[in-house]
Amino acid sequence: MAEQKAPGFETRAIHAGAAPDPTTGARVTPIYQTTSYVFDDVDHAASLFNLQTYGYIYSRLTNPTVSVLEERVANLEGGRGAVACASGHAAQMLAFFAFMEPGDEFLASTKLYGGSITQFGRSFKKFGWNVIFVDPDDPQNFKRALTPKCKAIFVESLANPGGVVTDLEAIAAIAKEAGIPLIVDNTMASPYLCRPIEWGATLVIHSTTKFLSGHGNSMGGIVVDSGKFDWSSSPKFRGLTDPEPAYHGLKFHETFGDLAFTVAGHALGLRDLGAAMAPLNAFLTITGIETLPLRMERHVANSEKVARFLEQHPAVGWVSYAGLESSPYRKLAKKYLPKGAGSVFTFGLKGGYEAGVKLVENVEIFSHLANIGDTRSLIIHPASTTHRQLSDEQKLAAGAGPDVVRVSIGLETADDLIADLDQALKKAA
Amino acid sequence: MDHEHYSDAYLREVLDGVKTIAMVGASPNWNRPSYFAMKYLQGKGYRVIPVNPAVAGQEILGERVYASLRDIPEKVDMVDIFRNSAAAGPIVDEAIAIGARVVWMQLGVRNDEAAARAEAAGLKVVMNRCPKIEWSRLHGELSWSGVNSGIISSKRAAGAGGWPGVSGGGFSSKRLKKG
Ligand SMILES: Cc1ncc(COP(=O)(O)O)c(C=O)c1O
Repeated sequence: MAEQKAPGFETRAIHAGAAPDPTTGARVTPIYQTTSYVFDDVDHAASLFNLQTYGYIYSRLTNPTVSVLEERVANLEGGRGAVACASGHAAQMLAFFAFMEPGDEFLASTKLYGGSITQFGRSFKKFGWNVIFVDPDDPQNFKRALTPKCKAIFVESLANPGGVVTDLEAIAAIAKEAGIPLIVDNTMASPYLCRPIEWGATLVIHSTTKFLSGHGNSMGGIVVDSGKFDWSSSPKFRGLTDPEPAYHGLKFHETFGDLAFTVAGHALGLRDLGAAMAPLNAFLTITGIETLPLRMERHVANSEKVARFLEQHPAVGWVSYAGLESSPYRKLAKKYLPKGAGSVFTFGLKGGYEAGVKLVENVEIFSHLANIGDTRSLIIHPASTTHRQLSDEQKLAAGAGPDVVRVSIGLETADDLIADLDQALKKAA
Repeated sequence: MDHEHYSDAYLREVLDGVKTIAMVGASPNWNRPSYFAMKYLQGKGYRVIPVNPAVAGQEILGERVYASLRDIPEKVDMVDIFRNSAAAGPIVDEAIAIGARVVWMQLGVRNDEAAARAEAAGLKVVMNRCPKIEWSRLHGELSWSGVNSGIISSKRAAGAGGWPGVSGGGFSSKRLKKG
């Protein structure tokens, strides 16, 4: 029996999940700007509410435009299914909500987006979900930090604010031995540069706000499930294995097998947390993904040029970009990010905090704002913005000390970006 | 036969090639997976005959329940097994004996020895899958819930409607229809 040859990444970035509209033949995925969907009859409605048949009920749970995005990202990541939601932070909430209970613990890398450190360390505490932060540079640190109450390990593949590459395969092995899922935030790399499921991740998270939508115009998040974790392997994951009273005692893992997380993510997670993605944002994100491979190639090419320029600039003390030969993460980058180390990275100014503030205030092409993964080049001084809410110690651990500037290199002419930084660095000196 | 991975072509051939399915372990409880798999498959045009000795003689979803496969007076194309892996063995032998062409074991059910006997007798075998999930995946319905169907196509879904000229083109369809 001959297997069909699997289509390439570029083909899937354009086609996965999006066949022509069955009713009208519209070739581009329509924006299904509707809250709800009619039932054929009462029996059909009951079957839908009971999860006994497939179909749309209400757009807080599922929406046809959002479903296309879910299938597309699941496909690109090599996952079994996905749950899209309002933002990257909502995605993190949804991922943990599937199995965390009050009193449970999880391990998370110290090298994360500052907002994630705050979400885990402060807001998750209100649910009784306790995070233990671990320095990811030695994967064995995760093993040492494991406790019987630990239910997951969370890392970023390529960590924000920049330059840090996580040893996914080694950490996945530790998670596997402990019988818990590895959750990887792959926002900074995108599935074009890195596919964590291939290295053993159970769940992959994206802030689709960033490279997937790619144009700085839509908030969004998604959780992709590999479908490879056996939720019934231990009593830890009761949310997916125990009878669910709200669905007539249905057990998600027994009934849906490797689709359990995807179905529960909608039927429990989105139903009750409510952070649904807007159909328009799904449309813009689907459209963005069609050019993801092209954009990532240029993001990487421009970043390599800008990073090399900064590295030899007299006002710059150091550059942390895993695409540079000087990076301590070069070896990991070659393994996990063979097509390039992304386009978000940090550098340190010899002039410290003051120079950082002046630099971001004097750029003319770079935009001073708190986002990454835009067509436009972006710049920020994390210590005074994204990582402001962290303690000094946390700032340093997250790579966001006072002298640090973070850039997200866009798709403009590389020489223009270099000239802009050069003139602003002169003013900051 | 690789029972870890089934190609879409193989699963389509199986699902398109059968009409009458005997469901062993079918439950009369409306909230059990077998009940709603049966209901779903009926909705897709399959005849599903329930087999369950505990409720033999009663009806499930309008179909009489039989105590065993051998009691079914009609020709059965496929036997769908909602029992555990060990219990699946003798059921597979019965499926071979009654001349079924396909044996399908549900999610979580796998019995390699029984599968080998069925294949040696010329039957097709699917294990650790759900026909409801696979049918809906292959027909695009599962994509409604964010599942990666693995299907890439520039073709409009077969059987999909559209009445050219009726309400397209800015014409009024005159009548407002409900539902
Ligand atoms: C790596 C990473 N993860 C998660 C998030 C949070 O995503 P969102 O802002 O879409 O909630 C961000 C946003 O900056 C991020 O950079």
